[in-house]
Amino acid sequence: MMDAQKMSIFAKKKPDTPLLAVRGLTKHYGARIGCADVSFDLFPGEVLGIVGESGSGKSTLLSCLAGHLTPDAGEVIFDTRQGPRDTVTMAEPARRMLGRTDWAFVHQNPRDGLRMGVSAGGNVGERLMAIGARHYGDIREQAVDWLDRVEIAADRVDDRPSQFSGGMQQRLQIARNLVTGPRLVFMDEPTGGLDVSVQARLLDLLRGLVRQMGLSAIIVTHDLAVVRLLADRLMVMKSGHVVEQGLTDQVLDDPQHAYTQLLVSSVLQV
Amino acid sequence: MTDQDYNFAYLDEQTKRMIRRAILKGVAVPGYQVPFASREMPMPYGWGTGGVQVTAACLTPDDTLKVIDQGADDTTNAVSIRAFFRRTAGVATTESTTDATIIQTRHRIPETPLHDGQILVYQVPIPEPLRFLEPRETETRKMHELEDYGLMHVKLYEDIARHGTIATAYDYPVKVEGRYVMDPSPIPKFDNPKLNDSPALQLFGAGREQRIYAVPPYTKVVSLDFDDYPFTPTKADHDCDLCGSGDSYLDEVIMDDQGGRMFVCSDTDFCSSRRDVGHAGKLGAPVKGQP
Repeated sequence: MMDAQKMSIFAKKKPDTPLLAVRGLTKHYGARIGCADVSFDLFPGEVLGIVGESGSGKSTLLSCLAGHLTPDAGEVIFDTRQGPRDTVTMAEPARRMLGRTDWAFVHQNPRDGLRMGVSAGGNVGERLMAIGARHYGDIREQAVDWLDRVEIAADRVDDRPSQFSGGMQQRLQIARNLVTGPRLVFMDEPTGGLDVSVQARLLDLLRGLVRQMGLSAIIVTHDLAVVRLLADRLMVMKSGHVVEQGLTDQVLDDPQHAYTQLLVSSVLQV
Repeated sequence: MTDQDYNFAYLDEQTKRMIRRAILKGVAVPGYQVPFASREMPMPYGWGTGGVQVTAACLTPDDTLKVIDQGADDTTNAVSIRAFFRRTAGVATTESTTDATIIQTRHRIPETPLHDGQILVYQVPIPEPLRFLEPRETETRKMHELEDYGLMHVKLYEDIARHGTIATAYDYPVKVEGRYVMDPSPIPKFDNPKLNDSPALQLFGAGREQRIYAVPPYTKVVSLDFDDYPFTPTKADHDCDLCGSGDSYLDEVIMDDQGGRMFVCSDTDFCSSRRDVGHAGKLGAPVKGQP
């Protein structure tokens, strides 16, 4: 009886339960620091930007959060459908299941996130089939629907990603990741390697999808314009440590830490 | 008749023990690929080195061996493997599916239903069903371990997207006992239903890739498919021109350069035993019982 009561309390999610709670996350590469003692909370529907120069540990941090790397210390507690769980100590099958359902990972280079030898429809359908979809017609319908949502024409559904432009590949990667309706999206430099006009369209698209689906996202980038546009909160990293965090506008408009000041003032004004 | 310079069935006893251990493990975990220390055999890779080692480990002096290659008893591969074991093991050989206790096969399952106590040994070129989708061995092992088989359906999806139907005609992936996805060796998908619930023990040996796997008798083997594109076994839409059989797998034989062709059973034993009892197709007369 007590247990049932407890369960019902947990089932009714309070809005102030973080979707992802990170505590003291640390990763070393031998004697070198990858990232050290990172802690933060991410709430449902929130977009967190992580900025910093190359080698500041932001990609390491993202890989640890997404379960691609095993951290040396710390907890990554994700609010799964069965309640909060530490994904670091979670069994591999459960973590992979999360990776296919509630999580999505958008790589900087679409070649890392796509299967280049498989058609666009197959790429989008892979996650559906991985969680048990076995009806070809339904899978294809969803694939076409998602291609449309990321502004790829439906008649390209049987073309391979290698026949797509860089911007289209990146949009296809996003469609492939969002098709299972994830709650948390990890993005590693989603606009890297794209020219500015394509970047602008991609950002527009991302902003629309994030708002529309109520996604939470963690975006790693070195492009301050990207976080200004997308992120609610910002975390600034240097040499593996978080040096400053706060609301995006607050951090960018009134940087406190010397490194953040340097970073903000280094942006070229056109 | 045994050539006394060789140990029984060519391999030394320790090697056979090692292979038997791998086979037992394979039988205990149906569809799981067991690594084994494959030996060099006096034949090139791709000619059935894996199958020969499994056969050698299973043979006893009382066994009767049948070897087929694409269903035929009289092709080079079948003839030389049969001669190899006649010489090194001195076992009886046969062309009859029913009389054989061990059947080594390349790319076919005999048409005649198998019975209890028989062993069917397959020669396997590439044991990993996920190989052409995922090149990393570490990753494919992980996928088997975690039953992460979504990728297999991506291949079938691609088939339908490109050809309008599942065009994979041989090497058609199956799921064994609801757990492991297995490569049934390049048998035509026409033969896939015979894998299911077979009374015979089915052993698969891949010599170059050093893997052995097994399907024990009466095991559930299901061919993968989609709900709206179900698995369908296919064959050439003809009857056998020699024996008239309408439900056996056929080879197409080009007769001349004028477009002449005939279709004959790929299983030679099945075809000739049908002709022995008087069946005849368009181009063939029964062998016996005729004036």
